[in-house]
Amino acid sequence: MAHTDQSDTTRRDFLYIATGSFAAATAFSIWPLIDQMNPDASVLALSSTEVDLTPVEVGQSMTVKWRGSPIFIRRRTAEEIKEALAVPLEDLPDPEADSERAEKPEWLIMVGVCTHLGCIPKGQKLGDERGDYNGWFCPCHGSHYDTAGRIRKGPAPLNLVVPPIEYLEETKIRIG
Amino acid sequence: MSGQSTYQPTSAVGKWFESRLPVMGLVHDTMLNFPTPKNLNYWWTFGGILATFLVLQIITGIVLAMQYTPHVDFAFESVEKIMRDVNYGWLLRYAHANGASMFFLAVYIHIFRGLYYGSYKQPRELLWIIGVIIYLVMMATAFMGYLLPWGQMSFWGATVITNFFSAFPIVGDPIVEWLRGGFVVGNPTLNRFFSLHYLTPFILVGLVGLHVWALHVPGNANPTGVEVKSVKDDTVPFHPYYTLKDSFAIVVFMILFLWFVFFAPNFLGEVDNYIKANPLVTPAHIVPEWYFLPFYAILRAVPDKLGGVLLMFASIGVLFILPWLDTSKVKSATFRPLYKQFFFIFVAVSIGLGYLGGKPAEGGYILAARILTAYYFAHFLIIMPILGLIEKPKKLPESIAKAVLDKNGDDPGGGGAPAEAVTAPETKG
Ligand code: HEM
Ligand code: FES
Repeated sequence: MAHTDQSDTTRRDFLYIATGSFAAATAFSIWPLIDQMNPDASVLALSSTEVDLTPVEVGQSMTVKWRGSPIFIRRRTAEEIKEALAVPLEDLPDPEADSERAEKPEWLIMVGVCTHLGCIPKGQKLGDERGDYNGWFCPCHGSHYDTAGRIRKGPAPLNLVVPPIEYLEETKIRIG
Repeated sequence: MSGQSTYQPTSAVGKWFESRLPVMGLVHDTMLNFPTPKNLNYWWTFGGILATFLVLQIITGIVLAMQYTPHVDFAFESVEKIMRDVNYGWLLRYAHANGASMFFLAVYIHIFRGLYYGSYKQPRELLWIIGVIIYLVMMATAFMGYLLPWGQMSFWGATVITNFFSAFPIVGDPIVEWLRGGFVVGNPTLNRFFSLHYLTPFILVGLVGLHVWALHVPGNANPTGVEVKSVKDDTVPFHPYYTLKDSFAIVVFMILFLWFVFFAPNFLGEVDNYIKANPLVTPAHIVPEWYFLPFYAILRAVPDKLGGVLLMFASIGVLFILPWLDTSKVKSATFRPLYKQFFFIFVAVSIGLGYLGGKPAEGGYILAARILTAYYFAHFLIIMPILGLIEKPKKLPESIAKAVLDKNGDDPGGGGAPAEAVTAPETKG
């Protein structure tokens, strides 16, 4: 038994380390199985689009597609801009000034996906219901957005998202 | 499934086989000879009905999969092709779609049976919990199946439901993108839902196996809630007594099912689902399939996104702890005069929530949904614990045999409590 002292501990240590590495290797090999479900390269590649704004008159809207979602483009009337500027920030569930949302006040450009559960709000077409705040209205569970696309009433927690926008020319933008 | 089998094969081949793989003994013990309380009423036949529908869904599903194409450009068209071109395709698809509805109808009756007769109580807590898991997997299966025809409701239902997860801070959005395989519901989503829709029914088969196993340890509960005291006096063998009773109930339930399939195949569905999915237009009024409506009402009753999602999950989660929320020693509502009334109020509240889930989320409907949601939770979290403490139960029969004999011997008026237990119309049998 004299010499077993040392060899016993090393054998046991070896077993622990071997078991531990085996567990770690198994855990790592599960990652590809999980990660394959994430958006793939071709989905990510579609992530920017250019839009020509010239056809849109004051008071009109246009909807384009970006990353599979609609982008709401609205050329706001002076009235609508005034309405948006007049709201005190403390009245907003998700306080954001109008100037943070529209680089050029006339052009409001947002992802047209309700921040509640993802329906497309109404308000782009003439004659659509536009909600209590004269902006957009999501019929799915009743969220009301104002003329700056900010949430005012209903279950949606956040304002309509403003995507990354770059003005290439006076009336040409790149989204994404 | 537990204990030593009493099965004695008679033929030489049978003996040879049984000593190597005792599967006939298992069937004999669990499906033929299993001692079953002699007073089970027709509410106990829904287990067999559920098993039948699981098998039926798997059969119709496998043949549909031979004709179906899980790709956004062809899915809707392939389902239309099933309806118009494939031989008997219309029958297979209507059987599968209405089969899902009947499956849920049966599971709801089965669950409410459990609530009425206290089937979730000791020693059947685990049996109940496995049942709740089965229910959750069923919901996941039906939800994923509903995306496959790639109609407007398919698409927007999947969009809204995958978005539930975006309510969670930080991890929410990455989870949603992971579930969808994209920023929106699209081809990767359809593909994986098809793969999983094929898988989960077989997981259900496994879970049902565990459910039956857990059932066969304590044995069936029964309408009196009094446990079996003597196998000889209180029970009958499952076969032929309950194989026949179950078969009869299955045939009756099939009549309802086939009536839908042949005479009202689209009654339970949504017309919008015959419009191909359009990611840029949400239908004016999106509603889930009828069997999800009560939960949808709870979701919409809460003005806060995360709160709504959490409360909706909690409405099923609360079922897991029900065995410990109910403080009454008495199982069956027959002997619980107060609980019996609250039970029927609860049934009405659940149906009311289902009704409200199908209405637009505005004005009075929201208010009503809030009240009913509050009651739904109060039923489990307040009423159940308190009732058990303050209620004075009726006198229980001494045994199942005594309850049955009293009913058959006495005149109907003189029964008292035990007689009431067995004079429900559905107990003839
Ligand atoms: C637990 C059992 C199952 C349930 C509750 C269920 C439920 C559903 C539902 C609700 C639909 C949508 C029907 C419609 O509106 O058109 C569907 C479609 C479909 N299911 Fe299942 N299913 C089950 C098992 C299976 C199995 C085992 C398969 C085998 C692959 C399968 C294959 C399909 C196919 C190919 C479709 C698309 C065709 C269609 O829409 O009718 N299902 N399922
Ligand atoms: S998705 Fe817009 S209110 Fe729910």
